[in-house]
Amino acid sequence: MERMNVKPTRMMLTSLKKRLKTATRGHKLLKDKRDELMKEFLAVAKENGTLRQEVESHLARVYRNFSMASAITSWEVMGESLMFPKQGVELSVDTKNIMSVEVPVFDFKTTAEDPSDIFPYGLARTSGDLDNSISELSEVFPMLLDLAGKEKETVLLAAELEKTRRRVNALEYVVIPRLQITIKYIQMKLDENERGNQTRLMKVKDMMIAEAIADKKAKDEAAIERAVNAN
Amino acid sequence: MYKIGVIGDRDSVLGFKSVGLDIYPTTEILEAKKILRKWAEGEYAIIYITEDLAVKLEKEIDKYKDSKLPAIIPIPNRDGPSGSGLINVKKAVERAVGADILFGGDK
Repeated sequence: MERMNVKPTRMMLTSLKKRLKTATRGHKLLKDKRDELMKEFLAVAKENGTLRQEVESHLARVYRNFSMASAITSWEVMGESLMFPKQGVELSVDTKNIMSVEVPVFDFKTTAEDPSDIFPYGLARTSGDLDNSISELSEVFPMLLDLAGKEKETVLLAAELEKTRRRVNALEYVVIPRLQITIKYIQMKLDENERGNQTRLMKVKDMMIAEAIADKKAKDEAAIERAVNAN
Repeated sequence: MYKIGVIGDRDSVLGFKSVGLDIYPTTEILEAKKILRKWAEGEYAIIYITEDLAVKLEKEIDKYKDSKLPAIIPIPNRDGPSGSGLINVKKAVERAVGADILFGGDK
């Protein structure tokens, strides 16, 4: 791991230590977030998978009936029959917050006058298969909406989860080790400086003592000489 | 109030009209792309698109992947499910977890 390119000063050490503390804390929090998101996500994804399979099998039935109907009835009549639907759909979108991920919640209202009679055509010219197809479709419709919500939720959660996972990994394997190494480097450099200083001081002290001794010696000798001369 | 749209070949989407959805029958990729873009930027919250078109328009659909709306959902066409819808769910799991741990095994 490469250390950061910084000057080994005491001030830098303090700020790096602070950053390390923040990074460690952030790492812990993000890890918690990741775990919780994962739990949510796996539940939603599993549900999504089963719901999709269910919807697909239902739709297959709808299509089968529809094909039967269109085999008997001409396209013009089919198109004409379905041209003006009796039922309208009003969709409202709410948002739900899952671990700070905004996901849409779809809610719908059908605007049919009579929910049991949604067939927008007279029964004389079309086959019963069309009726079956359409009533099945209106049954599967709420599931279809549910699927849309679930699928969007899955995708959005997946995106957030990926982001969080990357962040956790980056912190764990890059940012934190790098900070630790740099802090260690600065600490060692500062200790080294300290030791250098210490020896220099000791050396200076030695030199000063030697000088003082020499001075003293010279003074003593001068005093002795003076005494000898006086006698 | 939002709308729901369905894009796909005529045979597959016509039925959705009867339950009150907006349909756009087409098999042309360029046309589908244009209408998808128009709807996605408009007031459509959910756009169902048949799987065969969805596969061809993957790039376009991916653009709206990370935004809250619209939800673009592939549905099987009248030839039956091709499995590409479920692949999207798998892809999401792979993206989130790093490996497909839910729907593994069966393709």
